[in-house]
Amino acid sequence: MQRYSLSHLKQLEAEAIHILREVVAEFENPVMLYSIGKDSSVMVHLARKAFHPGPLPFKLLHIDTTYKFHEMISFRDRFCEENGFELLVHTNQDAVREGISPFVHGSNVYTNAMKTVGLKQALRAGKYDAAFGGARRDEEKSRAKERVYSFRDGHMQWDPKNQRPELWDVYNGRINRDRKESIRVFPISNWTELDVWLYIHLEKIEIVPLYLAGMRPCVERHGTLIYVNDDRFPLEEGEEPEMRMVRFRTLGCYPLTGAVESSASTLPEIIQEMLLTTTSERQGRVIDFDQDGSMEQKKRDGYF
Amino acid sequence: MEINERDREFISTDILGYLKQHEEKDLLRFITCGSVDDGKSTLIGRLLFDSKLIYEDQLAAVQAASTRHGTVGDQTDLALVTDGLRAEREQGITIDVAYRFFSTNSRKFIIADTPGHEQYTRNMATGASTADLAVILIDARHGILPQTKRHSFIASLLGIKHVLVAINKMDLVDWGEERYEEIRKEYTDFATRLEVTDVHFIPLSALLGDNVVHRSENMPWYEGPSVLHFLESVHIASDRNFIDFRFPVQHVVRPHLNFRGYQGTIAGGVVKIGDEVMVLPSGKRSNIERIVTFDGDLTHAFPPQAVTLTLTDEIDISRGDIIVKPNNTPRVEKAFEAMVVWMHDTPLREGRDYLLKSGTQLVTAEASLLRYRFDVNTLHKTEPIDVDGRPGLQLNEVGRLMFETTRPMAFDPYARNKTTGGFIVIDKLSNVTVGAGMILDRKADASQRSREEQARRLALLQASTGKVTAEMRAERFGHQPATVWLTGLPRAGKSTVAHALEQRLWDKGVATHVLDGVNLRLALSKDLGFTADERSEAGRRASEVARLFNGAGMVTIAAFASPYAADRDAARQTIGDDRFVEVFLDASVEVCEARDAELFPEGDGLYAKARRGEVKSFTGVSAPYERPESPALTINTEATSVDAAVETIVALLVERGVVGG
Repeated sequence: MQRYSLSHLKQLEAEAIHILREVVAEFENPVMLYSIGKDSSVMVHLARKAFHPGPLPFKLLHIDTTYKFHEMISFRDRFCEENGFELLVHTNQDAVREGISPFVHGSNVYTNAMKTVGLKQALRAGKYDAAFGGARRDEEKSRAKERVYSFRDGHMQWDPKNQRPELWDVYNGRINRDRKESIRVFPISNWTELDVWLYIHLEKIEIVPLYLAGMRPCVERHGTLIYVNDDRFPLEEGEEPEMRMVRFRTLGCYPLTGAVESSASTLPEIIQEMLLTTTSERQGRVIDFDQDGSMEQKKRDGYF
Repeated sequence: MEINERDREFISTDILGYLKQHEEKDLLRFITCGSVDDGKSTLIGRLLFDSKLIYEDQLAAVQAASTRHGTVGDQTDLALVTDGLRAEREQGITIDVAYRFFSTNSRKFIIADTPGHEQYTRNMATGASTADLAVILIDARHGILPQTKRHSFIASLLGIKHVLVAINKMDLVDWGEERYEEIRKEYTDFATRLEVTDVHFIPLSALLGDNVVHRSENMPWYEGPSVLHFLESVHIASDRNFIDFRFPVQHVVRPHLNFRGYQGTIAGGVVKIGDEVMVLPSGKRSNIERIVTFDGDLTHAFPPQAVTLTLTDEIDISRGDIIVKPNNTPRVEKAFEAMVVWMHDTPLREGRDYLLKSGTQLVTAEASLLRYRFDVNTLHKTEPIDVDGRPGLQLNEVGRLMFETTRPMAFDPYARNKTTGGFIVIDKLSNVTVGAGMILDRKADASQRSREEQARRLALLQASTGKVTAEMRAERFGHQPATVWLTGLPRAGKSTVAHALEQRLWDKGVATHVLDGVNLRLALSKDLGFTADERSEAGRRASEVARLFNGAGMVTIAAFASPYAADRDAARQTIGDDRFVEVFLDASVEVCEARDAELFPEGDGLYAKARRGEVKSFTGVSAPYERPESPALTINTEATSVDAAVETIVALLVERGVVGG
């Protein structure tokens, strides 16, 4: 029976394709959240596989917080242009008008306004009944229990006590559209960080070069290395960015994303470094440090 | 991702070789069952911890949380590693399924971690639905508890073929081999009642790490593998069905006029280019033209590959259809039997309509008959609860049901194929998933349904009675009611004798009427055929009609072949022993056949047709006639005239006091 066996990556790929097709078949207006990160790259790649030889049957939606690394924005625009993907970019203009900034208002207020509220605005405006996200269960403790189909009420809120049981690969996609119910869908729920990297390596998937080591101007704040990506970064008295050989394990808003010192400049070297390191992926994100269980609170509020 | 020193070396010196090895890994999904007290969370925490899968920052977070919520004093509470939601953490228990991941050099593992407290059947069924294997934890001090049986039963119900019985806390029973053997024997005896084919036992201490990742030094008598080693080596590849080709169509892709592809995940069997296929439910046939994937066309495909099929013919196929091979098809019917796990606070109620989703099919179905509830604690069939006058199932209960769908559904037994044999139950109003079902390899019997349901309804009815009594009727008519039941082969003379008897009694002033089998067949029972079941039903209706006539005070003359003793006994039951007069008209098959040929010289008599096979199941020729053992009268119609037969019967009725002399 050896010839009828699939490697774990091929099984995970098949599972994700199954989920993508199921949603497209059962929902009227799906959209794929596109964060430009490596998980998004994998998601788009899987979507192309799922609907080949047809085009992507949905648009990509990027919630632009205005503080993304400029390398991410240029990658996004070129990637979508070259592949003919329909890209929607949304920014919470209310927050921009109010001048909400991570430097002035702190990471919580800023993230809530730009990410959570911005996302809700975009989903509401587009009247999407399903939104794909690239979250994985191995990322964070509360996500270990997240469903593949995450049911959201008319206020897009997630109720941890009222999620539908999921059996086999049979997903319940019934929603009440009059009540503006929707779902968030996580096709790569069962992938780990290592799976994602292995898959990128195996499938030669394009990723933002920030994942690879390079000389970048950085300052160190509270033990975290911040890449000074533009002149909005308020340097403190006597602070001077210095060129450091760094890379990023996760990508987000540049003031909130810590760099790691590294010389890993190829994919195998990244994976090698990841395997030998002893800190987990999300630690680079300032957002999780607030308090125990904070991601769960954000999810209840409608954060992806 | 067990990073031991050897792997570190491997990763450091030959990352490409290491990646190559990991690209080839396979996948094992397993479920862990047991209560918090059994040390389940500790076992998982230990597996992750000892295989270096807890990162330092996560460990720091767990250590911090241990001092707040922990239950093991100053030690790091490994159970907290697998803990998740805040509300649950505050209650000190996990209340849902959590998925954990780890991998070794040969396998990736997905753990479905489910809680072991009382309200858990729904969660465990959910976790078990995707699992290849179940790890069932037993506290060595307590041995096999009701929950152990419950866990094992649900694993078996959801079709898990491999069970690892992890006998934990061996440190608390002095690492005793005898205790281990005792539990092992007891479980082995119990497991014969389940459909689990492969059971293994490992003694361990999750707290101390013995036999979790590394072999225990405290139990030299145990020579088997550690838990991790077992999980790495257990053979599961042959569990999939590579025989019955099943392709539930998920989505039709039509990027341009020259391409029409059917997308889906192969749920069973192997398909090759050129294979002849059939589309259900339409039954239309075609051949596989291409097996398309993004990475190029395939020559063949197998489960669980997600592919796009194109066919050589343009046929109308849409989502919900299933592509199969013509010589190996699932059943396509409007009723089936299933075991159902109820998953919602609102109970299932017999008679209600639900939506069922099986693979890509979505159908409306009535939960038409709840046969019994299965008590997961005692493993016995029990009476279901009452929900507004009908039987029902509550949250976490398991029951055997018949569903009747509004349109035909294609399905296999769950034991044969989990995709085409499993379904979720969705509430039509709230859209919530309220249950999960596993289709049984039993044909649904809708007639049984109506009878059982009737019996249940009848039990609730009180027969109405009037003021006109049987005595009053007997007095007015001048005779007692009775049923003369004439039985015998076709052409034994039943109708002839019946009508002569009717005339004779009528002349005597008796209120009487002939019930003729053929006449009833042409009217009241025209919906019935001639199978044994249908003959019985025809007999039941005939005896009920006879009983009604008797109730009206009349003498019924019933002329029915009624070849089965059981059916005649049933008629006697229905009509009442004192009113039932069984008369056997005896004639040999040869004589009856000759009479038939005389009546139909052209050769189109019933016997002639039966001999030619044009009439199936014909009594006396191709179906049996059971001679009555002790009828009230036996009349040999080969040697008796019609008049003489009638007089014999009248004499008996006089003797019995039915009619006057």
